[in-house]
Amino acid sequence: MAAQPTLYEAPESVLTESNVQLDITIEQLKKLVSPRAFTGETMLLNMGPQHPSTHGVLRLLLELDGETIISCIPDIGFLHTGIEKTHEGKTYSKGIPLTDRTDYLAPLSNNMAYVGCVEKLLDLEIPLRAQYIRVILLELTRMNSHLVWLATHALDIGAMSVFLYCMREREMILDVFELVAGARMMTSYFRVGGLWRDIPAGFAELVQKVLDIFPQRLMEYEKLLKDNPMWKERTVGIGVISKEDAIAYGMTGPSLRGSGVNYDVRKAYPYNSYDHFEFSVPVGSNGDVYDRYRCRMEEFHQSLKIIEQAMKRLPAGPVMVDNRKVAPPPKHEIAYSMESLIHHFKLWTEGFSVPEGEAYFAVESGKGEFGCYISANGGPKPRRVHFRAPSFYNLQALPKISRGCLIADMVAIIGSIDIVLGEVDR
Amino acid sequence: MGLEQKLGDMGVVTTSLEKAIGWARSNAIWPMLFGLACCAIEMMSTQASRYDLSRFGMELMRASPRQSDLMIVAGRVSRKMAPVLRTLYDQMPEPKWVIAMGDCASCGGVFNNYAIVQGVDEIVPVDVYVAGCPPRPETLIEGILKLQDKIKQEPLKKWQ
Repeated sequence: MAAQPTLYEAPESVLTESNVQLDITIEQLKKLVSPRAFTGETMLLNMGPQHPSTHGVLRLLLELDGETIISCIPDIGFLHTGIEKTHEGKTYSKGIPLTDRTDYLAPLSNNMAYVGCVEKLLDLEIPLRAQYIRVILLELTRMNSHLVWLATHALDIGAMSVFLYCMREREMILDVFELVAGARMMTSYFRVGGLWRDIPAGFAELVQKVLDIFPQRLMEYEKLLKDNPMWKERTVGIGVISKEDAIAYGMTGPSLRGSGVNYDVRKAYPYNSYDHFEFSVPVGSNGDVYDRYRCRMEEFHQSLKIIEQAMKRLPAGPVMVDNRKVAPPPKHEIAYSMESLIHHFKLWTEGFSVPEGEAYFAVESGKGEFGCYISANGGPKPRRVHFRAPSFYNLQALPKISRGCLIADMVAIIGSIDIVLGEVDR
Repeated sequence: MGLEQKLGDMGVVTTSLEKAIGWARSNAIWPMLFGLACCAIEMMSTQASRYDLSRFGMELMRASPRQSDLMIVAGRVSRKMAPVLRTLYDQMPEPKWVIAMGDCASCGGVFNNYAIVQGVDEIVPVDVYVAGCPPRPETLIEGILKLQDKIKQEPLKKWQ
């Protein structure tokens, strides 16, 4: 029988392949955690994939010295859906519903990146009315995404009532989506070449209701959190990432702007007539959890500003391009014209062809730069579709941000970089 | 006061033990706080302000499987997640029930591909399927009420 190690005699290795349960070997693990983990001096703690504060099915392997995080190894892929691969078997228009389900908190932003990329390949000019309606809905989507972020982030840190308030306001935005698209979440409202249909009656009233009620509701959130000493204790100076590191890790969106980098795709590479509107990009300075929180809260006001301008200047006209190669014939024509019926049938079965080439189109979603890359082979289906998911890049900075933090701050940091696992894993 | 006044003087009510237990079980379901994908957001909406699931006596979401008796599989289950899901199910104490929320959990939904388990009933027994992508909160509530009816009619012997 092998001698039992005494309390003071550290065993050679407390970690074996059977008790680590990672899909990696011990040799690979040695490169990820410090040697102290192998003697039992530090502790390896598993967090997730079923954990209420990991915002989905993220798994983190934490190496702890007491309560201090020495290293953090994210284990992703628990929600891998194969969306990019599935795109290869779908025609361009049938791929739109799949994009909804990547970042399911901002489905319209994903739609925009995808249809924007196909439009870029087809070299289509979108009617101005469609562009403005897109802008209104994209900004509502950003607010929707930020509301869920605020609700869950505050809930993680312990502010329960913020969750109920945010979800209440979110329903108002979902009402708008439901009116235009018929679905609360998976809207698929944008089409290659414009929109599915024009906005229905009652749209302006619903959006106006959002515009009227939001400023005071935002004040409610600010009253609850902004100067709350408990909130500040948990967020100020926690999870700091410097400007240089944030850029090096490829962070985008409010998580990057919290560190003081003024980068917003809407300003840097304006798409969809975003350059017609006046708005500013809120930028933080310290790069901590609190600054990232401030950035997102300020973005609410900017989104409202953009929606207000777009509603005021909403032009009349069609919402779909006149190009019958892409746009389906109108419904009333299908009832009377044989050619239109055949044309419609062809568009829905075979799909339209996109000329050979490749394109990248990025939008600023609630989380950051959401990009879509399509490699077209000239046929009705893409050769390859890839999404640049902002959450994926923001998440890879997590080990850097969390090093040296207390374990209790981990949930605050995860909340502050605002990840959605559907987008990370795709 | 209360019940007596509403129902009048009922005196003695007789029922079978099975029915009494079924009634008690169905009205105190503790779901597990366990979200996977898009449907989890609708599950959050169901518990939040407008839809308020607590009206039906089941707002008490538990983060630990050891304390819960209902698993709402909210979202798509990937091949990597499947063993985790089964472990969670095994950790739940009996009696326990499963709701497959949404098309992905019910049958794979739009993702008929290599990565997604085509229906969570391949790995755990499902009691109620809720259709929709994602189902509206009303649909989920309907599903939970259906489950309550089912629990009320369950024979006592089913759970040993």
